[in-house]
Amino acid sequence: MSVIAVLGVGRVGAAVARTALRGGYDVRVAGSGAAGDIALLAEIVIPGARAMTAEAAVEEADIVILAVPLGKYRTVDPGPLAGKVVVDAMNYWAPVDGTIAEFEDSRRTSSEIVARHLSGARLVKTLNHIGYHDLEDHRTPPGTPGRRALGIASDDEYAARTVMDLIDRFGYDPVYAGPLSTGAAFQPGTEIFNGAFAREAFERELGHANGTRLSA
Amino acid sequence: MEIGAYSFGDTQRNPDGTQRSTTEAIQNLFDAIVVADQAGLDYFAVGEHHTLEMPASSPGALIAAAAAATTQIRLGSGVSVISTDDPVRVFQQFATADAISGGRVEITAGRGSSVESYPLFGYDLQDYDRLYEDKLELLLRINENESVTWRGAGRPALDNLLVVPRPVAGSMPIWIGTGGNAPSSVRAGRLGLPVSYGIIGGAPHRFAPLAELYRRTAQQYGHSGPSIKVSVAALGLVAPTKKEALERFYPSWRNMSIQAGKTRGWPAPDDGAYLAQAHAPGAYYVGDPDDVAERIVHLHGYMGHVRHFLQMDIGSLPQDHFLESLTLLATEVKPRVERLLSRL
Repeated sequence: MSVIAVLGVGRVGAAVARTALRGGYDVRVAGSGAAGDIALLAEIVIPGARAMTAEAAVEEADIVILAVPLGKYRTVDPGPLAGKVVVDAMNYWAPVDGTIAEFEDSRRTSSEIVARHLSGARLVKTLNHIGYHDLEDHRTPPGTPGRRALGIASDDEYAARTVMDLIDRFGYDPVYAGPLSTGAAFQPGTEIFNGAFAREAFERELGHANGTRLSA
Repeated sequence: MEIGAYSFGDTQRNPDGTQRSTTEAIQNLFDAIVVADQAGLDYFAVGEHHTLEMPASSPGALIAAAAAATTQIRLGSGVSVISTDDPVRVFQQFATADAISGGRVEITAGRGSSVESYPLFGYDLQDYDRLYEDKLELLLRINENESVTWRGAGRPALDNLLVVPRPVAGSMPIWIGTGGNAPSSVRAGRLGLPVSYGIIGGAPHRFAPLAELYRRTAQQYGHSGPSIKVSVAALGLVAPTKKEALERFYPSWRNMSIQAGKTRGWPAPDDGAYLAQAHAPGAYYVGDPDDVAERIVHLHGYMGHVRHFLQMDIGSLPQDHFLESLTLLATEVKPRVERLLSRL
């Protein structure tokens, strides 16, 4: 059984961790605050997940999911993440979270800026374009007609494949968009970010420019 | 169970869709608090937002005025954005209103759902955690003792300085307002403060684990007694019939959703989402007195909350519908809730 570490136990982190548990993963969670507080939080809000320090959670993990507020991304230690498959579920959404100067440059996606900090991590952008309520409500088994799709962007083919499997087990059809930069198609303000689409409609939204697919 | 209301102010619109004055919105809000008091509502919270649509930016001032014009209703903030304010000033304003009201004033501290106060008062939202933690600690210290020594973020240090007036009861209730982030429930429990959940979407009973987390954390830190309690703030509207309530609240909900969409880049609202939320187990307490009372009591089974209060005046709700809803909450919903709870 694959091990998932979720960094962040806010609304997004908790929903992601619960979804991972339902997907059959062994889940570890880490958050800021006293160890005893996080342990109780996990026991009640994310039953089945094990609370530990970020360092310990990451060490044992096959996949690490970043669900901290984007403004705190520099508090994530890049060292232990080197060589790991890391999912960036964060967003730059100024009307909600405030302005952050370095993310105002629209030529780069937020994930490309995060990737520079986490050099060595095999970064994948996904899970950023589904609300935390929806993530738990919209999941369906593979093959369900109209199953909701989620996009995946990564420069690393192995990481992309690994996370496509994860998205499927989370209850969604994975759609590979292309390199990390193509995640621009599902950042805040886009049709995909605002909506919910099954695979074909999702691929149409991505457009032919971003439509590169991994061969099966 | 206490039944109440909260408002951020609601600027009215002319028939052509243009906005009327923010002055009128504040006057309407003041009138509504007076009507709520006369009808027997238990609680009214004000602000804080800083927009043309929702102009109740100064809860302390409005509550002080309301304190002089009411006799029994408890008054509070929903929420005071202490990260971008001076806790000394917040305390002084609320303690002043408390004196005028004869001890009916409370403070709810929180982040709030909007970001306008950060640029307005010159704060960086990225410093939010530190500002909130430090300023909350200052607010609590002032509430405990008139002589205050404190050092922290976002405000000059205090060295054994006096903060007056003192509240009627010696201290005021200070609640933590949260929208459902689990660490906020942990914080409230750790500090032994009452917690107020703002539930504005999804199925409200999903907040039950958070209330449990709050209570277990409080217990773990040795807090017990009457200050360990939960309240719930939600959207809603009461009318004589469910049909009328749905029809009256819909244009308001739509106006508010369109406005929020403009700010946040969302598409136009989906009417199906409105109907889903406006019926059990949705988050909007829109209905006739029986429906709203039953849903409040249903949620009580999950949350064990001691106060349920509604935001009704959104998206330019006509003032007469707002006043009727406040009156029905006090005279029709509250007795039904009490009756239903007494049977449990």
